[in-house]
Amino acid sequence: MRSLPALPKRLHGPSIWALYILGFLPAVWGFYLGATGRLPGNAVKEFEHLLGIWALRFLIATLAITPIRDLFGVNWLRYRRALGLLAFYYVMMHFLTYMVLDQTLLLPAIVADIARRPFITIGMAALVLLIPLAVTSNNWSIRRLGQRWNKLHRLVYVIAAAGALHFAMSVKVVGPEQMLYLFLVAVLVAWRAVRKRFLRWRRQGTAPMRSQARAG
Amino acid sequence: AAALEASKSTYRADDPATPEKDATTYNNFYEFGTGKGDPAANSANFKPAPWTVKVDGLVGKPREFGLEELLAFPLEERIYRMRCVEAWSMVIPWIGFPLAALLDRVEPLGSAKYVAFETVVRPEEMPGQSGYFQPLGWPYREGLRLDEARHPLTILSVGLYGKTLPNQNGAPIRLVVPWKYGFKGIKSIVRISLTETPPPCTWNLAGPSEYGFYANVNPAVDHPRWSQATENRIGEGGFFGANRRDTLPFNGYAEDVASLYAGMDLSVNF
Repeated sequence: MRSLPALPKRLHGPSIWALYILGFLPAVWGFYLGATGRLPGNAVKEFEHLLGIWALRFLIATLAITPIRDLFGVNWLRYRRALGLLAFYYVMMHFLTYMVLDQTLLLPAIVADIARRPFITIGMAALVLLIPLAVTSNNWSIRRLGQRWNKLHRLVYVIAAAGALHFAMSVKVVGPEQMLYLFLVAVLVAWRAVRKRFLRWRRQGTAPMRSQARAG
Repeated sequence: AAALEASKSTYRADDPATPEKDATTYNNFYEFGTGKGDPAANSANFKPAPWTVKVDGLVGKPREFGLEELLAFPLEERIYRMRCVEAWSMVIPWIGFPLAALLDRVEPLGSAKYVAFETVVRPEEMPGQSGYFQPLGWPYREGLRLDEARHPLTILSVGLYGKTLPNQNGAPIRLVVPWKYGFKGIKSIVRISLTETPPPCTWNLAGPSEYGFYANVNPAVDHPRWSQATENRIGEGGFFGANRRDTLPFNGYAEDVASLYAGMDLSVNF
């Protein structure tokens, strides 16, 4: 199986921290631009949308880890927790920006939005569903919950789908960008339905060759 | 954009004008792309001259108006609030003339009840009109009831901030109806037709439950996907400036125009 040059083990930990630092850069940079009046037009909306789109990107990245390992034999499992938590932090920042900077804490308007606007209801549902995943993203929870942890974390499929839908429903005309995110989530979730069959098929496909090699 | 002379009109909103840079770089003009920055970025090759506007339909004297002729109408500067259906707003010093002045020249017939407008179609100059993804059907169309069209607040604009219209703002001539949501202000107009029946309107066709024919600014009638009770004033307050303000009925022009809709249920005719 093909694979990238392996990262030395001593760099595994630091590479995860590097991912956190890189991951927060778009938010920090966007906040800096907005706070110093460098975001054009509707600065708050620009920042809000930047946070939302990065949340969706990190969600998609977490979903990509398994197919990348299945298809290319590259194991980036060690980064999945960081990617998932980054998605969670971006969703929270997205919501906080909406609440504080955009709606200026007009609570009745916020509650009405969440209750009445389907795209906001769906986005809010995704946020709420992310909370138990973030809370159980530590080793202790993984040990403690065992198989139930895996089941619980399958919620991410629902969350990613809700996120992509929230994005598509928030715009006046669904365009190529929204289609792309919907497509990526659909493909990555659909992979889960076929991956076991695919892996079995590949094992069987390569098995005779191995036995031949042994025979030779 | 060249300098443009205009007399000062008495229609001057008290609110401070939006910075010119915001009004000319934050635009919805899907013919140049769906992003707010796309119109400014993608409209450099658009040629707003020469230009003619065809005025026809139920009129006694159908004819075409050349750009020079349009610029020869007595031009006024009017500072209007502009409220987008997306819940943001600006304050813009337009230069233009009442649409009624143009309509008078073509002598509308008694049977004319509505005015239909059409934007130019030039895929080779307007990237949003070409390619695989077409956000809307072209030409962009809008319409007004004749009494709305003849209202003194309704203008055809040929400039802003003391200059001719930049391409991204609808050069060389566009509609401005300050008590309606911004999408009614059709840009780069090539045709004005008087009709007996309500004309088709682009956004209304794209989402009849979201964008009504009237599209009067109304804080009491929410867009299905967002509240219209408040608005974000662009270019004010920045990031932490609490630039959210209450939206006014008819965008603050109720005194002038509310009577046009007497007896109508505005939550049905939104």
